Amino acid sequence: MDALIGQLINLFAAVMLILAFAMLSQRRIVTLIHLFTFQGLTVVGATVVVAYVTQQHHLYYSAALTLALKVALIPFLLHRLIDRLNVRWDIETMLNIPTLMLIGIVLVVFAFNLALPISKLSASIARGTLGIALACVLLSFMMMITRAKAVPQVIGFLTMENALFFAATSATYGMPMVVELGIALDVLVGIFILGVFMFQIREQFDSLDIRHLEKLKEE
Amino acid sequence: MQNWLAVDWILVAIGGWLLTGALGIMALRHFAVVARVLFPLGSAVGLLLAAAAINGLMGTPEVVTLPIGLPQLPFHLRLDSLSAFFLLVIGGAGAGVSIFAAGYFRQGEGTPPGLLCLEYHLFLASMALVVLADDAYAFMVAWETMALSSFFLVTANHRVPEIRQAGFLYLLIAHIGAIAILLCFGVLQANTGDYTFANMREQSLSPFWASAAFLLAVLGFGAKAGMLPLHVWLPEAHPAAPSPVSALMSGVMLKTAIYGLLRVSFDLLHLQLGWWGVALLAIGLFTALYGVVFATVQTDMKRLLAYSSIENIGLLLAAIGLTLLFKSYGMAELAALALTACLYHVVSHAFFKSLLFVGTGAVLHATGERNLGHLGGLIRFMPWVAWLVLIGVFASSGLPPLSGFVSEWLLLQSFLFTPGLPNSFLNMLIPIVAAAIALIAALAGYTMVKFFGIIFLGQPRDGKLQHAHDGGGWEKAGMAWLAVWCIGLGLFPNFIIQLIDPVTTPLVGAGLGRKVAANGWWLLAPTSIERASYGPVFFFIGVVVAFLLAYGLVRVLYHGQLRRSAPWDCGYPWQTPRMQDTAEGFGQPIRQIFEPFFRLERHVPSPFDVAPRYHVSVTDHFWHRFYLPVARVVEFAAEKVGRLQQGRIAVYLLYSFLTLLFMLFLVQR
Repeated sequence: MDALIGQLINLFAAVMLILAFAMLSQRRIVTLIHLFTFQGLTVVGATVVVAYVTQQHHLYYSAALTLALKVALIPFLLHRLIDRLNVRWDIETMLNIPTLMLIGIVLVVFAFNLALPISKLSASIARGTLGIALACVLLSFMMMITRAKAVPQVIGFLTMENALFFAATSATYGMPMVVELGIALDVLVGIFILGVFMFQIREQFDSLDIRHLEKLKEE
Repeated sequence: MQNWLAVDWILVAIGGWLLTGALGIMALRHFAVVARVLFPLGSAVGLLLAAAAINGLMGTPEVVTLPIGLPQLPFHLRLDSLSAFFLLVIGGAGAGVSIFAAGYFRQGEGTPPGLLCLEYHLFLASMALVVLADDAYAFMVAWETMALSSFFLVTANHRVPEIRQAGFLYLLIAHIGAIAILLCFGVLQANTGDYTFANMREQSLSPFWASAAFLLAVLGFGAKAGMLPLHVWLPEAHPAAPSPVSALMSGVMLKTAIYGLLRVSFDLLHLQLGWWGVALLAIGLFTALYGVVFATVQTDMKRLLAYSSIENIGLLLAAIGLTLLFKSYGMAELAALALTACLYHVVSHAFFKSLLFVGTGAVLHATGERNLGHLGGLIRFMPWVAWLVLIGVFASSGLPPLSGFVSEWLLLQSFLFTPGLPNSFLNMLIPIVAAAIALIAALAGYTMVKFFGIIFLGQPRDGKLQHAHDGGGWEKAGMAWLAVWCIGLGLFPNFIIQLIDPVTTPLVGAGLGRKVAANGWWLLAPTSIERASYGPVFFFIGVVVAFLLAYGLVRVLYHGQLRRSAPWDCGYPWQTPRMQDTAEGFGQPIRQIFEPFFRLERHVPSPFDVAPRYHVSVTDHFWHRFYLPVARVVEFAAEKVGRLQQGRIAVYLLYSFLTLLFMLFLVQR
């Protein structure tokens, strides 16, 4: 049984990593949102499994919270946002995708190398996945750096939050409930504020390309 | 109520000041309430504080922990003799200045009166909290509150660009000082992570780290006190601030820096090295000489007093240096003498400098003029202010039987004992130092003659001075309170030395109290009665008798006839008030002698000019040789750093990404 569950968690972790790579190389905004929803679902699955194994009840609550927020509410808000902004079918230009993938692989190696000594200390059942979680954090950070449009950047930010949550679950059975609630609220508020900002940016520059923000620099 | 300790009363007083300030906010624009009710209330609180401090001075140290601030990080407060002594100064001088302020602030000048009241009382409360603090956290919070509230007070008239600049300069130097103080506490806690002063007293640092802490303390507290070369804010900020505020800043706030230096070097550090004393002595003397020489050539009365404050701070630093020197050679009695001189000067400077500053405030209100070149002859229009200021001037020039004389006499006494030091090099050097002190005292007298003579004596240099009016009742009362202290401190030094005794005993291991008490209250003999003694009351009686005798004789011989005539008219057919000796003229000899000190820009008109104008400006070398180059370097570096600011969000994200990777890399190793 334990071996099966261990395999299950590793599977979820692998899915996380693949999704992170997929998001890094995805150009279409609507697909990006779909991938983000899948990632949320994966995190929920992993959390439920860890909760079942360890009998930590608060993990069930955080899984439910994640489900409501990151699988349902935030994707819904994002879909509505891209409809309103009329960017549903937009494609954005990016750096060379193979190069990005190569950099991503280097980051994954770095993250695994980093997580090795920490994993040895951790007693958690999911300790092997810490490296993947870290790699996901770094990959989503990369995604934020390489995107030029506002909506994908916001998605990058949310992905990073997902990965952090995954890291916390795998290393220490999740953060205290208070902290998780706080983070969830922060993310929700952040989405609203960023949504407002996007409308403002478009009104100002007639585009969602954040390169226009360079004009705000002090001379 | 019976079980209340002195420290509880002091906390009540601090709370009273905060409450007064809060009431000021409620009565934001009700000028009459603020001036006639709140400021006198603040003054009464000051008296309460002074009384509680005298009580605390006699008792044993009392410790209180207030649950203010962050969780698990309360304010530790401690009332010991050193803090009680400075609380006495804050309360006593603060009470007088507050009474004066009740009559001083006028409607419709810059900041609304209620806000001014808040800032003023916050300033007083934070000063009291600074000397009460017993951990670095409480100390820094109080210290910064003090700096910020005084900054807002300085910039009360913030619509004037010069005042804004002065305020900025003050804030900048105050923060440089605060950083140094913070680092000093960081060194003192010796890696224990416990920032209470109780822990710092336990630590025994190596001489290297102790020296580092001491130098940081000198830098940090020196910036607040006006030590060279961090003195430049004083002559800018004091003229900019309203007069009661300048009085508090110069008379009281500078003393909190002296307190901090004493606290760190004698209480928190477990050892004192001889070379610290020599260094501080040198810095102090140079500061004093620089200050007094600049004071003689000023033409703005508040700038003149600001430079005079620099001089007095220099003397205080020199006295602390001497104390350190004696202490490091284990001569406790002499260290106690030098420290007594220092503390005596602290209290006497607090009172006479506050008196002089509020005096300039009264003159400023009566005439609207700060420039000495437009004043003169005011003793006839404002006799009360003039006579009260005269008392302050006497005390400031160190004339017996007033307070300034006692402290300078004690200081010179302690210098005369330095031949006892077991170090021949110092023995050769110290006579020069004593001579320098005498020179400084003489020049201070010269400055004060100029200050009083140009403002109050002679003929009015400006027509509008004829309409000058004397200060109001509140103003007179405040000045009289301060003047009474100047006289009392001069006439009864033994009582004050009894109060200083419990301060010096824990710090340097000896006190003058018993020795002084042995000779009775009328005679002051700090070391032995054969060596030197001073009976201020006899002296005073002598002065009064001589004066009355001379007055009576003159009256009798001249049959009571009084003749007014133009003095020194030297055969001129007519004279105008503009022919009197001016402020520039009075300072001219000093300017000639000490020429290398100044940076002069002089424009002398040609003899054939029909409308000749003579122009001279005296500025500080430090400003051009030290501050401006530093400012240029900072600007250059800032421009280079500014290139990091690309404006592209992706680049900013890349910065944090690379930082994250680097940090992770470090963690991994």
